[in-house]
Amino acid sequence: MYKVLYNKKISSNSYEMAIEAPMVIEKAIPGQFVIVMAHEDSERIPLTIYDYDKEKGILYLIYQMVGASTEELTYVKDEIFSVAGPLGNPNEICANPEEYRDKRIVYVAGGVGIAPVYPQVKYLKEHGFDIDVIYGSRSADLLLIRDKIEKVVKKIRYATDDGSFGTKGFVTDILEKYIDDYDICVTIGPVIMMKNVAELTRKYSLKTIVSMNPLMVDGSGMCGACRCEVDGKPRFACIHGPEFDGHQVNFDLALKRMNVYREEEKVKWQEMKERLSKEEK
Amino acid sequence: MNDQKVKGRLQKAEERIHNFEEVEFGYNDEEALKEASRCLQCVNPRCMKGCPVSIAIPNFIKAIKENHLEEAYQIISESSSLPAVCGRVCPQEKQCEAMCIKGLKGDAISIGSLERYVADQAILNGFNSVNPAPKNGKRVAIVGSGPAGLTCAGDLAKAGYDVTIFEVLHKAGGVLTYGIPEFRLPKTIVQKEVDSLKKLGVHIQTDVPVGNAITIPDLQKEYDAVFLGTGAGLPKFMGIPGEDANQVFSANEILTRINLMGGYKEDSKTPVKKVKTAYVVGGGNVAMDAVRSLKRLGVDAHIMYRRSLDELPARKMEVEHAVDEGIVFDILTNPVEILTDEENNVVGMNVVDMILGEAGEDGRRSVTENKESLHRVDCDMVVMALGTSPNHEALKTSNIELSDRGLIVVDGSKTSLDSVYAGGDAVTGAATVILAMEAGKKAAKEIMESLA
Repeated sequence: MYKVLYNKKISSNSYEMAIEAPMVIEKAIPGQFVIVMAHEDSERIPLTIYDYDKEKGILYLIYQMVGASTEELTYVKDEIFSVAGPLGNPNEICANPEEYRDKRIVYVAGGVGIAPVYPQVKYLKEHGFDIDVIYGSRSADLLLIRDKIEKVVKKIRYATDDGSFGTKGFVTDILEKYIDDYDICVTIGPVIMMKNVAELTRKYSLKTIVSMNPLMVDGSGMCGACRCEVDGKPRFACIHGPEFDGHQVNFDLALKRMNVYREEEKVKWQEMKERLSKEEK
Repeated sequence: MNDQKVKGRLQKAEERIHNFEEVEFGYNDEEALKEASRCLQCVNPRCMKGCPVSIAIPNFIKAIKENHLEEAYQIISESSSLPAVCGRVCPQEKQCEAMCIKGLKGDAISIGSLERYVADQAILNGFNSVNPAPKNGKRVAIVGSGPAGLTCAGDLAKAGYDVTIFEVLHKAGGVLTYGIPEFRLPKTIVQKEVDSLKKLGVHIQTDVPVGNAITIPDLQKEYDAVFLGTGAGLPKFMGIPGEDANQVFSANEILTRINLMGGYKEDSKTPVKKVKTAYVVGGGNVAMDAVRSLKRLGVDAHIMYRRSLDELPARKMEVEHAVDEGIVFDILTNPVEILTDEENNVVGMNVVDMILGEAGEDGRRSVTENKESLHRVDCDMVVMALGTSPNHEALKTSNIELSDRGLIVVDGSKTSLDSVYAGGDAVTGAATVILAMEAGKKAAKEIMESLA
């Protein structure tokens, strides 16, 4: 059991949780993730680390409610059953900042993908980098943690599908406009967005790092549920990633593999909703 | 007359394929007594030579005969830390029972069933194994809570060492917890064994990915010795086209979803893919566990194995039980391609017949493909149970010496790193629970000698 300091809603479908987990964050470097379980019988949910306070031993996570298991997570109060981590490899720039000292770096985030982008940009700022960010979502109300991200970037540009904030359009529209300004792009968000970013940057031969978020069970290299095709070879996102060279990832395959349990998930969520509404009555 | 063993009672095959309860009921008092009475109490017991941990088999059987069950348990406990587990999962027919003199003219003594009987009685009646020695103030870290780690921890704790086990998953037990299914090894049994270690004062820290949260160099600094029982958890795939289809799973994934996450239960929060026909590729214990688990979920479950029934590496009893349960064995057959629809869903496999050749140096017969035999089978799930290789996550940031095969190199149990020992599958490659236990014991002994 780990102490939960708060677990609060931060947008129509996103939540932020603070957990006391000193051992998890002691050695954590941005880019790594954790696996949480709300209760002993819950599903294991992989979440990229959003923020941490190493002095106080506090881990911060942002997650989206997308099914029964993440809805269950929203009801967590005071204590959470399991937090395992840090898992996976750190972002390669954060792990070796000196090697990237003279590079111009842009981060491209989509939706809740800003959560894993934030600690990387913050970390690089602390290491003397000036980072630009392009951040997109469907509409203004789904843009998260703007106040926090704006404090650590050199320049941030927004895009919304409906034009309710920033440029009307996609992050790729903005990226293409400024693409000559950068040597490296890191993009984290929905698979389809990362695919579009990678296709664009390939045209311009801009090195691109993506963070894959496939289905996972153990997160320690044991089950292979998270395998992605990278450079034509199967790679486990949990131990070989989660970040890969965006120009080598087979995104179409990743999109299909994400849907394996769609039917089962739908039924489960429906059952949960029915149970909850009965309990309310 | 006396040459036939007392057969263990089983849940009927037609019933057990609908549940995950244990297949074998285990001996009752009367059956155990009768079976124990068959033992000849050999002066030079061959059975002990067949036991990797050299349990004093005739002595514990004698104690059963004399109805001294607590004593029988203590005799076993001197050599084995996990008797309730080993009585159930050891390949006795290749070990102790293979050596039993009675086996020459009839049935060998059912040593495994008797061991299980004693261990179950111990759990039921709360027998004490042995009292731990007073604390000696020396600290040992153990990485991995599978059979090697648990055994090493048990032996050290009994000798007065302060032991901490680090486990990456949320539950201890390693393969005993995530791998071997409930119907073969009930998780309450594993939990009892883990609890008895805790009673001995062993600390178990779950959720800790060694290599990331804490490294081997950290452990070397903080502890007097370190034991690596990290196992061989990385699943192998065949490398054939279509293997990244949506319903191609490693046996580890299927078993983890079903066992560790309780996916067989109606109200489980972790889903197991619902399918009609599944092929499990492989012939070892893991393949049997996966195929029998799927059968219990209502799947038309097949084994596809490239050699013949005689070469199946699985424990004999598991194969018999699988056959009784209606598992279809497609032997001398191997997949060459997995077929999918546009959405990447499995719709079948292209397979070929295999031809058995001569036995190679390792004693296993070679196989070659009959390329002209290519044909299609229909299915909507494929499970790869091709074995596993060691996972090096825990070894990160250490420069421990590894062999060409990626196994930890040891001299005895000692690795190339100061005060770091290793044993079990991480050293040998995927093997059995009992061999991992033996390695854990051996390492515990070496650690004690080095810290004396």
